[in-house]
Formats: sequence, structure tokens, C-alpha cells
Amino acid sequence: MSAPSDKTIVVQDLRLAYGTREVIHGISFEVGRNEIFAIIGPAQSGKSSLLRCLNRTIDFVAGATMTGTILFEGENVRKTRDVFALRRKIGMVAPLPVGLPLTIYDNVAFAPRCAGMHDKHELDGLVERCLRQAALWDEVKDRLGSLGTALSGGQQQRLTIARALSHQPDVLCLDEFSIAIDPVTTMRIEDVLKELSREITIVLVTNLVQQARRLARRTMFMWKGEIVELGATEVVFSEAPADRRTYDYVHGIFG
Amino acid sequence: MTVAAIEPGKRFVRTRHVARKERQQSVAKWIFFSMTVAMIIPLVAIVAYLLWKAAPSLNWQFLVDVPKRGMREGGIWPAFTGTLYLVVISLAVSAPIGVLAAIYLNEYAKDNWLNRLINLAVINLAGVPSIVHALFGLGAFVYAAKLGYSILSASLTLAIMTLPVIIASTREALASVPMSFREACWNVGATRWQTIRSIVLPNSISGILTGVILQVSRAAGETAPIMFTGAVFFKAVEKGKLFSYGLDDQCMALSMHLYTVSTQVPNVKESIPFATAVVLLGTVLLVNVSAIGLRVWLRNRKKW
Repeated sequence: MSAPSDKTIVVQDLRLAYGTREVIHGISFEVGRNEIFAIIGPAQSGKSSLLRCLNRTIDFVAGATMTGTILFEGENVRKTRDVFALRRKIGMVAPLPVGLPLTIYDNVAFAPRCAGMHDKHELDGLVERCLRQAALWDEVKDRLGSLGTALSGGQQQRLTIARALSHQPDVLCLDEFSIAIDPVTTMRIEDVLKELSREITIVLVTNLVQQARRLARRTMFMWKGEIVELGATEVVFSEAPADRRTYDYVHGIFG
Repeated sequence: MTVAAIEPGKRFVRTRHVARKERQQSVAKWIFFSMTVAMIIPLVAIVAYLLWKAAPSLNWQFLVDVPKRGMREGGIWPAFTGTLYLVVISLAVSAPIGVLAAIYLNEYAKDNWLNRLINLAVINLAGVPSIVHALFGLGAFVYAAKLGYSILSASLTLAIMTLPVIIASTREALASVPMSFREACWNVGATRWQTIRSIVLPNSISGILTGVILQVSRAAGETAPIMFTGAVFFKAVEKGKLFSYGLDDQCMALSMHLYTVSTQVPNVKESIPFATAVVLLGTVLLVNVSAIGLRVWLRNRKKW
């Protein structure tokens, strides 16, 4: 095991219950710095809930109780004093693109403004940089003042990525970002992610196992709130992963 | 039913089954359309009838003059300004309280037994008959708070009456803003208040205003609550002067005036109550139109 400083996220014995129904049953794993870490698994495995625990938006879910520890850059997220700063350190991209009913510019400038950045010049630069990083700049640079919700689905998803990058996070979490967009756009975003992974850590929750295979260094297979297997992507997708269920799921004969 | 083989070239021929579906289609459309017409007819009829009956008395002098010879002549100025006072003051009290309370209940409050109880109370309060509010106003504002029979007591009673409906309609408007917008904001580190101010309110403001506007008509039209707490049969004010009352004065009101000239005063010209009704209707319409204008203006502003 490497020194803790290489680890962006350390999860120890995380449990999550909605009311009395436990959906994550004590899982532990680590995510290294600047790696692309994929989480695969069928629906209802607790993947999205896990992401919510990470940036503490689980607080908004009535009746949810979280135990165990999540260390983010060595800080316990459950005890963090400034939860808003924590959330800005973690970019979150939802499955369905959510363009806020604001202009394209305001969509990206929203988070920096909430954090107290109001300098027009600084904001302009940041908005352009984020939109470029999300491979959207060339398509929208002439109409930054039009509504973000009027963009196509694929563009909106890239807009949400730009928004997630606008608060300069250390980790970018994507929750099945490609379910509502076409394969070409998906490939473009995957290229974007590869590019981004030089600077930031990426946690990729996905239903498309091949996407994990294409992008991730390590892959975690979650099922019913437990980790079935966690290892190098080559091993998980090989003919002989450690767990038989992993093989079945990855090869589409899970049932 | 067996499906017969379809000859080529007859694939899109109108069969009996299709004809029946089309008939059902048009019948359904006509039912909905006729109900819409049925709804409009009484509305048009009422307005037309009112205007026709009111015509002899309907002129500018009627609006700005004070009643004379025991309501049998003159105008309705004191009642008109009285109603404006009551509506404006009552909504100035109930709209901010109601909207802010609704924001708390919908955006901040956790779903626990206390808040469910508050919810239930609000809904039930909205269903309390106005005469009950009147009695409460009499006890609470006129006697207990020692405000006496006054515009203030009457306005506060109207405020209490409109409050629960404003809360309910505001919550409805807030709930129509998709949850995913809020989550997107929280995910980028926005506080609840930042989320509410920049996303939730701009997208629900027209719904909130609609709810408040509807209460204008209610506050202007109710008779019972003000009759018990501050509205009077006759009050002499200066003709044509807008700010003719003080807050602790008693006042006349259009709804009350309509009641008195229709039932309490013998030998009133027929057109006077009708003209009063037209003015009441016109006042409500005027307030509604200006509120709708405000709504359009707010919607057209990109930021606020």
C-alpha cells in the first residue's frame, strides 16, 4: 500500500441506510491521485448513493444515515466544517444533463459566483477555459448569452461538465454521463476525460462496461451495496477475474 | 378477432374500426369544447348584464362622488378607496409572510411530524369559512389587540384569511421547479439560499404571483370579515381624495356597500347597486392586470 498522500479518496467501512434499508454494506476502497477510477455494476448497487456520500449531498436526502469514514485529501468529509468548499473540490456530473435555466455563460459562471468571484475579467477567462476543457467552446462561443437549456442533449451534458469544472475541483465524478447522449458525443467526452485525467482524479460510474475498459486504470464492480471485485481494469476484464460474478457481468451473462 | 390479409393497395383504406375511432375522437373534442363554451357563457352573461343594468349610473362622477341622500344619489368614492385600503394593507401583510413561510416549508423544513402538522393546519385553515375568520378578527384584533373597529383590524382579518391560500399556492409554485435544478446547484457548492435566490425563485415567481393575485379578488370581494371588524354603512370623506382614511378609521368598502344598497336602503335607483358591482369588478380587474404586467416584466428580466 502506498503512502496516504497518493490517495485522493479513502473510503473505510462506509455504510449507508435509507431509513432502515441499508443500501451500502460497509465498503472500503481507495482512489489514487489523477487516476481514472471506474465503478461498474447493475442498477440499485449503490453506485450513485456512493457519489452522494462523497460530496455530502446525501445530507439532502431525508432519512439517510451514513457511517464509516470517507477521507478526501486526508480530511474526513463527514466532519468537514465547510461542506460547500468540499463540494467545490468535487465536480459532479449527473446522468441526465441538467442545464440550469440560465444563459450558457451563467451556467458556467454560477459556481464561481456562489464562491464569491465577481470579477468580470476573471470570470470571462474561467468560462472560456472550462468550456474549452469540455470541448464545447467552439460550438457556443458566439452565443454565450443564449439559454443553456436550449442546447442539444449532448451539448448540455458537456455544459454540465464545464460547470462541474468551473469550481476547479480535484476530483470529477461522472454518474453514467453517457446514457442520454449519442455515441459520437460520448467518444468526444471520453477524449476530454483522458485529457483531464492528467490534472485531476476522475471517478466514473458507468453502466457501459466497455467504457470502463476504455478509460479506467482500475475498475470496481459493485453489486447490491458491496464490492465484488476491485482491481486493475485488465484483470477485471480478463478471462479470469478473481470473482466469477465479475466475469459474468462483464461478459453480459449476469442473471 | 382475426386479422384478415390486407390486399396490397388497400393498406391505408378507411376501415370500420378506423371510422369508429375517428368518431370517438371528434365526440371527445366536442365535449371538451362545449364545456369550455359553457364556462364562458355565464361569464360573458354576467358582465353584459351588469353593464347593461349599471349603464344609467355609470360615469366618472359616480366613482369620485360621495354618497348622498342616504345612498340614493351621488357616488361611491369612500367605498372605492376603502376597498383599495383594505386590499393593499391586507396583502402587504399576508403576501410577504405567506411567501416567506412557504419558502421555508418547501425548501428548508425537513419532512418530520411537526412540519406535516403545520402543513395540515395550513390546508385546513384555507378551508375555514370567512365568517369564522371574521369572528376571530373581531376577538383578536378589535378587542384583544385593542385596535378597535378600524381599517387595520379589517385588513389584518383579511390577511389572516388570505394567508393560508397564499402559502399553499406558493408551495405549489416552488414544488414545480424540478428537483434536479436544486441538486445541480448543491453539487457545485451553492448554499440553499443561493440556490433559492438564483434558480428556484426566478423559475417560480410567476406562479407565486398568480397565487397572490387570486387573493386580491378574494380580499376585495369578502364582506363578512370586514363587516365585523371595520367596515361601516356610511363614512363621510372628502370627495375624490385618494388617501382619505387613517389606519384607525372605520371605512366603507365596495362589497359591503353593494350589500347595503341592495338590501338595507329602500327606494334606491336600480342602477346604483349594479354600478357598484361594476366598479368592484373593475377594481379587481385593474389590480389583476397590473399584477400580470409585473409578472411579465419579471419574466422578461434575465436576472433579478
